[in-house]
Amino acid sequence: MSELLSLRGISKIYPAVVANDAVDLNIGEGEIHAILGENGAGKSTLMKLIYGVIQPDAGEIFWRGVHTQVKSPAHARSLGIGMVFQHFSLFENLTVAENISLAVKGSLANLSSRIEEVADSFGLPLDPATLVHSLSVGERQRVEIVRCILQEPRLLIMDEPTSVLPPQGVELLFHVLRKLAASGCSILYISHKLEEIRTLCDRATVLRDGVVVGTVVPADESAPSLARMMIGHDIPHVSHDTATANGKVMLELNDVTYTPEDPYGTEIRSVSLQVRRGEIVGIAGVSGNGQNELMRLISGETRLAKSDSGVITMNNAQVNNWSPERRRQLDFAFVPEERLGRGAVPDLSLGFNTLLTAHRQGLSRFGFIRFDEMKSRTDKCINDSDVRCGGDAARAGSLSGGNLQKFIVGREIALAPDLLVLSQPTWGVDVGAASAIRQTLVELRDQGMAILVVSEELEELFEITDRLVVIFEGRLSAPLATHNTNVEQVGQYMTGQFDAPLRSGAVA
Amino acid sequence: MWHLVPRTQSSLRAQILVPIAAIILTLLCGAVMFTLLGKAPGEAFYAFFISPFTTRYGIGEVLLKTGPLLLIAQGLAIGFRARVWNIGAEGQLLMGAIVAGAIAIKFELSDSVWLLPSMIVAGTLAGAGWAAIAAWLRTSFNANEILVTFMLSSVALQLLYYLVTGPLRDPMGMSFPQSVLFGDAALFSPLLEGTRVNTSLWLALAVTVLAWVFVQRSMPGFKLLVSGLAPGAAGYAGFAEGRAVWVGLLIGGAAAGMAGVAEVAGPLGLLQRNISPGYGFAAIIVAFLGGLHPIGIVFAALFMALIYVGGDMAMVSVGIPNASTTLFQGMMLVFYLACYVFVNYRLQRPAGKVAASHGISADA
Amino acid sequence: MLDSLIFVLGGTLAAATPLIYAAMGELVVEKSGVLNLSIEGMMATGAATGFVVATMSGSTVAGFAAAAAASMLLSFVFALLALGFLANQVAAGLAVGVLGLGVSVMVGKNYEGTTISPMADVNLGWLSEIPLIGPTLFSQDIMVYAGIFSVILISWMLNRSKLGRIIRAVGESPEAATAIGYPVILVRGLAVLFGGAMAGIGGAHLTLSYTPLWAEGLVAGRGWIVVALVVFGTWRAPRIAAGAYLFGAVSLIELFVQGLGFEIPSQLLSAAPYIITIIVLAVISRNPRVVRLNHPASLGLPYLRTR
Repeated sequence: MSELLSLRGISKIYPAVVANDAVDLNIGEGEIHAILGENGAGKSTLMKLIYGVIQPDAGEIFWRGVHTQVKSPAHARSLGIGMVFQHFSLFENLTVAENISLAVKGSLANLSSRIEEVADSFGLPLDPATLVHSLSVGERQRVEIVRCILQEPRLLIMDEPTSVLPPQGVELLFHVLRKLAASGCSILYISHKLEEIRTLCDRATVLRDGVVVGTVVPADESAPSLARMMIGHDIPHVSHDTATANGKVMLELNDVTYTPEDPYGTEIRSVSLQVRRGEIVGIAGVSGNGQNELMRLISGETRLAKSDSGVITMNNAQVNNWSPERRRQLDFAFVPEERLGRGAVPDLSLGFNTLLTAHRQGLSRFGFIRFDEMKSRTDKCINDSDVRCGGDAARAGSLSGGNLQKFIVGREIALAPDLLVLSQPTWGVDVGAASAIRQTLVELRDQGMAILVVSEELEELFEITDRLVVIFEGRLSAPLATHNTNVEQVGQYMTGQFDAPLRSGAVA
Repeated sequence: MWHLVPRTQSSLRAQILVPIAAIILTLLCGAVMFTLLGKAPGEAFYAFFISPFTTRYGIGEVLLKTGPLLLIAQGLAIGFRARVWNIGAEGQLLMGAIVAGAIAIKFELSDSVWLLPSMIVAGTLAGAGWAAIAAWLRTSFNANEILVTFMLSSVALQLLYYLVTGPLRDPMGMSFPQSVLFGDAALFSPLLEGTRVNTSLWLALAVTVLAWVFVQRSMPGFKLLVSGLAPGAAGYAGFAEGRAVWVGLLIGGAAAGMAGVAEVAGPLGLLQRNISPGYGFAAIIVAFLGGLHPIGIVFAALFMALIYVGGDMAMVSVGIPNASTTLFQGMMLVFYLACYVFVNYRLQRPAGKVAASHGISADA
Repeated sequence: MLDSLIFVLGGTLAAATPLIYAAMGELVVEKSGVLNLSIEGMMATGAATGFVVATMSGSTVAGFAAAAAASMLLSFVFALLALGFLANQVAAGLAVGVLGLGVSVMVGKNYEGTTISPMADVNLGWLSEIPLIGPTLFSQDIMVYAGIFSVILISWMLNRSKLGRIIRAVGESPEAATAIGYPVILVRGLAVLFGGAMAGIGGAHLTLSYTPLWAEGLVAGRGWIVVALVVFGTWRAPRIAAGAYLFGAVSLIELFVQGLGFEIPSQLLSAAPYIITIIVLAVISRNPRVVRLNHPASLGLPYLRTR
């Protein structure tokens, strides 16, 4: 294999962190090459450097043997580099064809027929005239992939592509990628999922803390050996007993049907759900199937309108019309999916961000802020959750995603709630901290807390939950006992086949 | 290329230096402008910024104009911190003046000690009430408060014109569009001999103290701040968005209404077509120039008052056009906003070189 | 009665034209994700500059060109603040608006209250000779018709052309637009400059054709009404234009009503446009779905590209 792309000594330094440190990388033609690393290892930075979104502080890039400076994404595309982003670079108010026309030359009419052609040949059906906001997350990924293929790339970068797909969708994606590779297009596949990389990739370059640890043939490695390379030690395991008791019902949704005000939102249809003390209930599903709407209904950030129906009960109280503040007085705490701007105020200090939800617990008196209490509580949260930051005066927006997540989860746990609801609790957090969070959740459950977790990481849900429900297009499946189901069944539920039977197979 | 990098903590030093830098840059531009107008910059600056302090009367005029600017800006800043954009303080001021004036005219001959206090209360409520229309339209109809408050200002002005040419006109006034003179019981008493400064200045200072407590120490002030900085986080924490809009607009309207009372029951002593030389709009600039901080606003209000008085003096003594006051106001806000970036960001040198120190803000 | 109706029709076209230019400019600016509230100041600067240059040179074309250039310069200051220095866009708009008002008075100070002969009306041949409506609808100056043309052009550009797609993309998600390689700040900056030029032309039409004279404060809140019009029209060019014509008609109602001999306080009539604006604004904004579907998602939010 001749080298298509070579990186030599690439470094990228941010004020708080060295994201890439003297990275060497070689990708052959037609190769599927993995970049393996955990959250914060510098994978995304490396991809942005190759795609010209950002510029390296040191090092050289060779494209087809020629020393090249990738000045911009447009330049990258003209070289033949395409990228499918983890958080898609699509525009909701534009149609599929309009979106693609922003990156691919040609008239709209001409493009539309080419889109259909390519989509069909790869088995990725797409209607060019649809507005993107009406597409599911999986369909949006198709738009991104088709957009790249139409540019006839020599190198396609895929950033964590399976996080938005149900297990069955992953197979289709791998089929497409192998077909592309067979046609001579190299693929740079970024992931932290070991099994995927072992199944798909020819070679893997492992990153840890911005440094290349080694380049291996993943098929020759075991998942534990790859994990050791990736994080430096064995993956810590969460000790998990089965749920203790049928405790009191702390949260109940009874036949909730809701039409969002936002025309791009997902309708919630006849959702019923119970969460009891002493159990962790998980909600699995591909993102964009109504998780966000459901969480907002539980937190009280949106409330049921007259035209909606159903009953939400929290700690025996019917809370349909209650504000989030009032619901929190029932010892309810919540970690939202968006950290910046919802879970935390980016422009305020960590101290004020503690005050945000803890003001009722002694941080204010007679309407005045108690700054000493605020500081001591913030410092404790920073210590307990091992938040790396410049102290309680640091702006929340200056923390890395993983650290801010640790702070928010720690802050909400410190409220000592009876009912804790978390959306993507370990999103962006490194492996060690993630398992610490999971361990804490299990311990809190054992102490009698009722916990509801929404996650796109099936492995996480299988690791800590006692019962699982699956959400698809605003509907919830019947609950499954976690120890009594498997990835395959949940995967089928994730595509809306709620009546799929449990088939034999390894329990994850 | 040089580019901006967010700071991990916003720079307090920059916060203090930014308005000073803005003023210096404005003066530099002013010097260029005066030269272009064929005036000696030294002479013009003297007239603008020194001469008001050379007479007792001049100092009094600066303090007189500081009062309403300070009052309105304190109220507006609280709303601005919540990103509630009340730009119609001028109209709220007029409503305060109209209602207070109507009371004074109705009880023209009264000498009750309660007359002035009731005018203050009624005028304050009138300003708040005028702003409440915008709050109601925003919370119930989602109508943009920037546009509504501006339009309401124009409506208030027409209402004033109508009243002083009709129902509230002095019947003996030879059809001049103005009301009768208020009785003494309807006027603030003088504060400094030989000036027009009156006791309403105490009101402005009291409001400043209250604003400081509210903004810097209180939980409701914090909730309002969160609503402005991150509406999503405010909703998440349960700070109702509608409440922030109501509180922000009502406080701004009340303060402006109070300023309106201070004008008609102070230097004017009657209702007429011209009540405010644009205090409501100038106070927007004062609020920003003061960094939306109650203490900063005190200095900004003094400076803005100086520009008003100095502008008049420069027009008389040096022949500087009156519009230069407006130009100065605009320039100051432009430079302030340009420099403000260094509070939360710092400049970084091109890749590969040593990062710039945060001292950049000082040179900007 | 019929006479005055036709007079109102013709007057509506003329009165709406300044609004149309400024609103079409602001539409493009807002579609790119920038909220520029300094229209009032930019129109004033355009009005004064256009008037002074046209008076001095004797050329209306030079007047319009100078007006566009002057307002564009102001909008450049706004672009620097809002895009370069990441200033709050509301505050930046207010600042540049005040600056523009000051500039307009400075520029026009020696011409206060003077008049200029209005622009020549175009002759549309037989159209202009139609009885009654010919002399009103089809005998306006060229800029009135160019204004109508600009609505069609902007509408087509935003919805049908690649340029329009780029502007909409930048206004919806600057992050995504950066990721696929569009220079967000440049696109927004050019949109702001275009908006400035259009506001200047609108202002100049006020002083060179509609009034035609220069006086301080002559723009009289039109710049704010333009901002409201863009919301009324829910960011769609034809609807914005319809709103502008409606507004032009309302502003003539004073003359019309007086012609009919009603006795209404003139102040109420003067306040009517503002009151009507408030009511229409409330009615249109009431439906969040309509607003959400057309409102540029990143409108008014500062954007800093990470490097």
